[in-house]
Amino acid sequence: MTDSEVDIEQQIDEWRLYLEQRRELAQEDIAELEDHLRGQIGELSANGLSPDEAFLVAIKRLGKQDAISREFALEHTDRLWKQLVLAGGAQPEKVLDNELLTVLALAVAAAISLKIWDLTGLFPFESEQMFYLRNAPLFVVPWVCGYFYWKRQLNKTHLWRLALPMLVALLISNSYPYVPESSIFILSVLHLPIALWLLVGFAYTGDRWASDNGRMDFVRFSGEMGIYYVLIALGGWVFIGLTFVLFSSIGMDPEYMVGFWIVPSGVTGAFIVAAWLVEAKQGVIENIVPVLTHVFTPLFTLLLAAFLVTMLVTGQGIDMDREVLIAYDILLVLVLGLLLYSLSSRNPQAPPGLFDILQLALVCCALLADMLALGAIAGRITEFGFSPNRVAALGENLILLVNLLWSAIFYYRFLKGRNDFSVLIRWQMAYLPVYAGWAAIVVVVFPPLFSFL
Amino acid sequence: MNINKDLMAASATPLVLAILAEGDSYGYAIIKRVKDLSDGQLQWTDGMLYPVLHRLERLDFIKARWGKSETGRKRKYYRLTTLGKNQLGEHRQQWHAVDQALRMVWKFGGKDLIAG
Repeated sequence: MTDSEVDIEQQIDEWRLYLEQRRELAQEDIAELEDHLRGQIGELSANGLSPDEAFLVAIKRLGKQDAISREFALEHTDRLWKQLVLAGGAQPEKVLDNELLTVLALAVAAAISLKIWDLTGLFPFESEQMFYLRNAPLFVVPWVCGYFYWKRQLNKTHLWRLALPMLVALLISNSYPYVPESSIFILSVLHLPIALWLLVGFAYTGDRWASDNGRMDFVRFSGEMGIYYVLIALGGWVFIGLTFVLFSSIGMDPEYMVGFWIVPSGVTGAFIVAAWLVEAKQGVIENIVPVLTHVFTPLFTLLLAAFLVTMLVTGQGIDMDREVLIAYDILLVLVLGLLLYSLSSRNPQAPPGLFDILQLALVCCALLADMLALGAIAGRITEFGFSPNRVAALGENLILLVNLLWSAIFYYRFLKGRNDFSVLIRWQMAYLPVYAGWAAIVVVVFPPLFSFL
Repeated sequence: MNINKDLMAASATPLVLAILAEGDSYGYAIIKRVKDLSDGQLQWTDGMLYPVLHRLERLDFIKARWGKSETGRKRKYYRLTTLGKNQLGEHRQQWHAVDQALRMVWKFGGKDLIAG
């Protein structure tokens, strides 16, 4: 190829990229237009025009992109609704492609890994319920990791990084002599999924875990996966309801089928399917979590501010018993989520706006609320002494406090133009392993520390 | 000579159908054929042909398939369907009627005008 031909290829590439940003134009339309463009350029060149001139004339003859896009949009109104095409593009493909088969196999494997124990009656050690509670995330996380291991074509190093912590988790959750319904057991059951979710992050990001972008993608993935899981669960709920109605109407009781098979298998398999859906829809449909964030940030800011002001005005202290404390922590985690997901969708280069001020207000309110919670926990500890729940809550609120404090500082400095927005993102991303780390400490260290009670 | 936009739009369908009646073809070749047939008088904005082709495909007048160009690139070819052939026949009658009427009026109406 001569230099000018290379140049033309580049220009065509740029032109194609530009068209690809228009959702009215499907890939095949662009391919068709490209064929046209090349035909025109070829003919003009044959008539003695230089490639550059030929390109310009051909583009001009093709017409204004806006006008063409409008015509396409009129003809294909459906394109304005982005469709999640799971089975490839225009070519009629085989119904089951490799990916779908892999996902289905993994989902079935996950369901089998869950059901094999009560099916065979092989419970290591103890009751069915205890066994399943101990191991709950281990029926899901390895398979989701497995999907990304396959999808990202990860290597042996990754395999060890994923498998070793899983083995440790497996050993610990099955060898610790938990007492049923003890607070240590409940704490472990609640914290193990958080610790193990980090492994999904490793698998999802592959080699990109070290980069902020990679971690941010994982945060986005987690949020979208949550949404998809809820949607699948809603569908599943309807499915189960109809199963009951249909079979009851012919005098059959589907309870065994539903309770023993459909619900457990569905609850497990849906994780893999949700992960796959998020992976497939990436970039096709707008992320939904940032949209929810924008809806709820003002509402939660208002709620927290109203709560704090009322408390200050009436001088009423909070009666921090266990339930209130848990609700309080859920609220704080939600605020952190709102912050994280609004960061995930914000253009770091954009100047400060009204929403940023709102966000800072929310963070400051949460900071205040967190300090109140910490005060209440400290009060309970001095009054009643250390208990697993109180120490866990103390640790979690301290972690939140540090995060919120620095977030507030960075946000304030950003609004004042003293640091970039990316500093805030880097801070949040650097903080991600802290949550999993603390969860791991609660799972691994707390039980022996509090003699399993 | 600039041909009126509405007239261009109205003539696009019968022209495309008629050209495809000569044999399977693709976008760029159709535009070239139109230019040749009209001695360069009918100049479409090239990009506008494709939405027209897609509309005709949706109406089942033509059918598309992906093939290869001489240089081995992907190219979308269109073929006239039976439905399209019937449609072309109807268009032909309609245009014939319009053409007849215009010819008559140019012939006689024009004379009257000149005669004053």
